[in-house]
Amino acid sequence: MTRLMSRQDLQNLRSVCQKALSLETRKILVCGGTGCVAGGSLEIYDRLKALLEARDMPVSVELADEPHGDIPSVGLKKSGCHGFCEMGPLVRVEPQGWLYTKVKLDDCEEIVEKTVLSGECVERLAYAQNGEIYRKQEEIPFYAKQQRVVLEHCGHINATSIKDYLAVGGYEALEKALFDMSAGEILDEVSESNLRGRGGGGFPAGRKWKSCARQKETPRYIVCNGDEGDPGAFMDRSVMEGDPHRLIEGMIIAGIAIGSSEGYIYVRAEYPLAVDRLRMAIAQAEEIGLLGDNILGTGFCFHMHINRGAGAFVCGEGSALTASIEGKRGMPRVKPPRTVEHGLFDKPTNLNNVETYANVPMIIKNGAAWYRSIGPENSPGTKAFALTGTIKNTGLIEVPMGTTLREVIFDIGGGMRGDGRFKAVQIGGPSGGCLTEKELDIPLDFDSLKKVGAMIGSGGLVVMDDKTCMVEVARFFMNFTQNESCGKCVPCREGTKRMLEILERIVAGQGRDGDIELLEELADTISNTALCGLGKTAPSPVISTIKNFRSEYEAHIYEKRCPAGACSKLRRFVIDPEKCKGCSKCARNCPVNAITGVVKKPFTIDQDKCIKCGACKTNCSFDAVREEA
Amino acid sequence: MTRQFDFAPVDRILDNYPRSELSTIAILQDIQEHYHYLPREVFPYVAKAIGVGEARLYGVATFYENFSLEPKGRYVIRCCDGTACHVRGSIPILDRLRQELGLSDGKKTTDDLNFTVETVSCLGACGLAPAMTVNGVVYGAMNPDKASALLAELKAEIEKEATQA
Repeated sequence: MTRLMSRQDLQNLRSVCQKALSLETRKILVCGGTGCVAGGSLEIYDRLKALLEARDMPVSVELADEPHGDIPSVGLKKSGCHGFCEMGPLVRVEPQGWLYTKVKLDDCEEIVEKTVLSGECVERLAYAQNGEIYRKQEEIPFYAKQQRVVLEHCGHINATSIKDYLAVGGYEALEKALFDMSAGEILDEVSESNLRGRGGGGFPAGRKWKSCARQKETPRYIVCNGDEGDPGAFMDRSVMEGDPHRLIEGMIIAGIAIGSSEGYIYVRAEYPLAVDRLRMAIAQAEEIGLLGDNILGTGFCFHMHINRGAGAFVCGEGSALTASIEGKRGMPRVKPPRTVEHGLFDKPTNLNNVETYANVPMIIKNGAAWYRSIGPENSPGTKAFALTGTIKNTGLIEVPMGTTLREVIFDIGGGMRGDGRFKAVQIGGPSGGCLTEKELDIPLDFDSLKKVGAMIGSGGLVVMDDKTCMVEVARFFMNFTQNESCGKCVPCREGTKRMLEILERIVAGQGRDGDIELLEELADTISNTALCGLGKTAPSPVISTIKNFRSEYEAHIYEKRCPAGACSKLRRFVIDPEKCKGCSKCARNCPVNAITGVVKKPFTIDQDKCIKCGACKTNCSFDAVREEA
Repeated sequence: MTRQFDFAPVDRILDNYPRSELSTIAILQDIQEHYHYLPREVFPYVAKAIGVGEARLYGVATFYENFSLEPKGRYVIRCCDGTACHVRGSIPILDRLRQELGLSDGKKTTDDLNFTVETVSCLGACGLAPAMTVNGVVYGAMNPDKASALLAELKAEIEKEATQA
């Protein structure tokens, strides 16, 4: 493609792309997100392509540079993540808007025969819930309550093509920012929109941008935090994989507003596909001159770089992230000075996360007033959440800020999977807390959650049912943060270690009187004295589980009992004398000879010898071994 | 040290990057990708090439979890133990894999260098929980039996290659 030299060039290219897209009267979008790829979606894509070609169908896998004539074609695309990973691999059919779920290679023939050739729906592939079949994607309960703004293109366009992005209005915001707005006007628009940082803290993006733009020193840098390290969160991954140009566009606009010509995206090592897609997108944007020197003849330059992380959670912290880009150990430093003053290479730096930048193009395009019309006054816009855990519909969702947890968990998520009962939802990952039944009607926004001692964090929602032990969950998170502590400051390095030891002791049935109080005291000290956000928030899961589930801690410590029946060291196996036939099979399978008895009479388990391995239960032919909580 | 270390692959990697501290992590990542770990010989060599102290380079290599100073197996199995996978039972899968391969928390690679079993804090494939990867390929909705079956497949693969060789 030729390099675009003016606004007119961009508009011409866009209309060419739009024409090419309109000629794709039928579209098959195969999900190319990490989840569906794992389920074999790329093979499905290849098979569909071969089948369509074998039937001499005019297939377009890429929008044509110069659509000649008006021959309609079937567009076959690898899209970004639809979010409904549980049901993958997913295939979307347009213009009907049908969504096929759990598609297998063998289904491809039928999809081509029925859907492409005769326009019929393959009903057995449609989503069904409670006996009802939902053909259209937007009608599925999982999607019905969602409002997709940031993720609007994810799953709907070819994620690997800049032309698709242009055809759906991509880079219009950049055009507006370059030609119709001054830097000051962009800053005002972002401030006016009250966009708050989606990385966790919720700091107003406009304020951050302005304070970076005010810095005297140059060069200034635009940095994107794609180090989505919270376990159970994958919103940013989906944006980077499914709509990479949107992120790039947002960052270029930030560059114009703040007066920067260098952008860095820091992506965590576990997201290889996101890195590939971003690299591809950057190369495409450079090729047509939307990145590089003298963008569209305006004289504005912007260059973009990708840095791959190397596996350190702490690098999600601002100063650690910039240290890592500089090739150093990713350890946080004392603040102030803040990153906007002394960030990357010690220069003024604007650091936002992926979702924050991805919001920018729409704000510029549609205006701050439009943005503020979504969600509550103090937390406008939408928020993407990764809904996971023991819930029916797991996946990536996007809802207006202020939606309640109940709507998210029960309407969108479909409630608990299996026969479990809702117990708690962990929000905000290892820095967040858990919310229980009584907090289900709290609106999800920055301020409401803060009031109840939780935080949105990056947006991971892990739902837990009554078979989940909250003490074990606290231990799990503490183990995580302890592992990820960089070791620079004593409170975090030593404190999390000691807290972990206590929690490990409790779940192993060796808790002592006073442990809860000791945990509380340590938590208080760590959160007041640790150097960075990782340390300061490390005790949050413990504090929040003690607050909400103190009785579970007490049961572990004083009664050596796990009410959820999850802690293996506290399991108790007993033989039901009614059911036991005295076959001695359990005794033969017991690795520690804890089971004794006389053949044809009920056997018994010596609890002191028992190592709770469960071999007796697995091997009993009469279902006579019972597990007691 | 009897064998001479061949620095040619390292040189090729170094040529792709500006020779400065900024390239440290990217260079180490590429070296690790080539050797599947960071051989000790490369430290003085790379340190000199990019102009940083050897201790500093070692510091970076040991700070980040992805870098390994020990050789890894041909198949690197990474069990996700993120929150979502954890509550859906990732630990029994890890236990099964370790048990079948005779590995533990302290011993991550088999003596024949065929398998490495590690945990990873989140693959971002939470919709497929519990998930794991084998040499980067994601396997979702696992359970201990499926993990055993996969392991058997990989072992058969190794066996096949051995007989062919």
